[in-house]
Amino acid sequence: MTTSGVVPPGRGSTLGGAPLRLTGPAVVALAFLGVPVVAVVLRAPWASLGERLTSSTAQEALRLSLTTTLLSTLLCLVFGVPLAWVLARADFRGRSAVRALVVLPLVLPPVVGGVALLLAFGRNGVLGRWLDAAFGVTVPFTPAAVVLAQTFVALPFLVISVEGALRASDERYDEAAATLGASRWLTFRRVTLPLAWPGIVSGAVLCWARALGEFGATITFAGSLPGTTRTLPPAIYVALQSEPDTAIALSLLLIVVSVTVLALLRERWLSGLSA
Amino acid sequence: MSTSQRLRRQSTGSRQRTPYRLLLPIVGVAMGLAAASCGGDEGTADNRRLTVFAAASLTETFTELESAFEADHPGVDVVISFGSSSTLTQQIAAGAPADVVATADDTSMQVVADAQLLAADPVPFASNTMAVATPPGNPADVDSLSDLGSVDFVMCDPSAPCGTAAQRILSRLATTEPKPRSLEPDVNSVLAKVTLGEVDAGIVYVTDARAAGDDVDTVAIPAELNVVNAYYIAAVKGAPSPDVAADWISLVNSQAGQRMFQAAGFGPP
Repeated sequence: MTTSGVVPPGRGSTLGGAPLRLTGPAVVALAFLGVPVVAVVLRAPWASLGERLTSSTAQEALRLSLTTTLLSTLLCLVFGVPLAWVLARADFRGRSAVRALVVLPLVLPPVVGGVALLLAFGRNGVLGRWLDAAFGVTVPFTPAAVVLAQTFVALPFLVISVEGALRASDERYDEAAATLGASRWLTFRRVTLPLAWPGIVSGAVLCWARALGEFGATITFAGSLPGTTRTLPPAIYVALQSEPDTAIALSLLLIVVSVTVLALLRERWLSGLSA
Repeated sequence: MSTSQRLRRQSTGSRQRTPYRLLLPIVGVAMGLAAASCGGDEGTADNRRLTVFAAASLTETFTELESAFEADHPGVDVVISFGSSSTLTQQIAAGAPADVVATADDTSMQVVADAQLLAADPVPFASNTMAVATPPGNPADVDSLSDLGSVDFVMCDPSAPCGTAAQRILSRLATTEPKPRSLEPDVNSVLAKVTLGEVDAGIVYVTDARAAGDDVDTVAIPAELNVVNAYYIAAVKGAPSPDVAADWISLVNSQAGQRMFQAAGFGPP
């Protein structure tokens, strides 16, 4: 706890109670965040909830969301952990530029990500044209496009989380392993990775949650076909036009999933913030 | 003891000053925003906004009408939200502040009627049929609807009027029903996928194919398979500008308006 020294002991008695000018807006902010979630719970079609969540529309979207998000989380781990290691441990010029590129999808509107993916991997895209000509592979409108869209938006969550964990763990353990004769790869597997494990797990969970919520890039790059590319968020969007109760039921499901993710992360997340 | 008192006095003093200093710019920005939005919304009688919710297939025609209308109504700013008819009418039912709504079928208009939000009965003002649009030069050689079975094509989701129409057309084919690669939220995104060359074909309105000009080639759908969609327009109950809304609807139904719809490829109502 680096901040503990700054906080004066017995601050409550010294500074007095919380002023209304601060608590007022704070309550408004809290209500603003809470009321919409409560509204979903209140309006949820409780009587027909089971039936709506087991309808073929919901099941198809659910199954597709689960498989694609697991694949994209796996891709994020396989490529993101090495990228995080490079950012945390390797010394090279232009690291801040690389980090900016990694963080970009966090601030980029997802639909822009979808357009960019289309221009890169689309049938007429920079890489897609070549993929089509060489292998006859077209990516858009396939579950693979869904996975790519999710990976694009979720990768920063994993990289940032793992890079933070790597920086927080003591590099001297790596050095000790090296002086004992371990190769860099062996050191990475047996020392660096286990030390950063909590950060990798929380990064993977956050990354999965972001992939699960992905909408803009998916509908732009992968389209929206039931059972093939229509994951939960586009399914909710379409259902709102024709069967609003199904849309509310699926929204409730995603809220429950998100709350569960937060609960799972809670300890790790809080300790991660104060570290 | 005296130290803590002095500290307390100091901190009290700064506590009283700082929030106001922080608040001033925020209040200033908020007032500026409020003033700006008032200017657009109500303000004086000749400085008003007309909000029109219109089916995506009306994008070109309504945008053209917008300039004509604004020239005739100085001080009125027409704002049009284009999208799938079903999305737009759901938004109105959920309280979106539209003055006028124009849909590509009567089913979606019924959503506004069910919400008791129609100021008057909807009026049919145009009709439309479907066509197959392909990228320029028709690279996949789509000659007829049945060719769709062997190429990549997209259409609207059946929750949108253009999707309902496309679905009915495909179900009338004698061959196995061709399967689309994607069901897009509205007709503009179907057209975008075609003009980008990401698919070999898309089922769109005849008027969309015509408006896209050289960006697409058109394959006609024979009349016995085709579907005719009727377009409806209505004023929304409780709209902020009912008189301006009425003027917009008369312009759409006027001779000049109807000539424009015909020129764009729409059929008579």
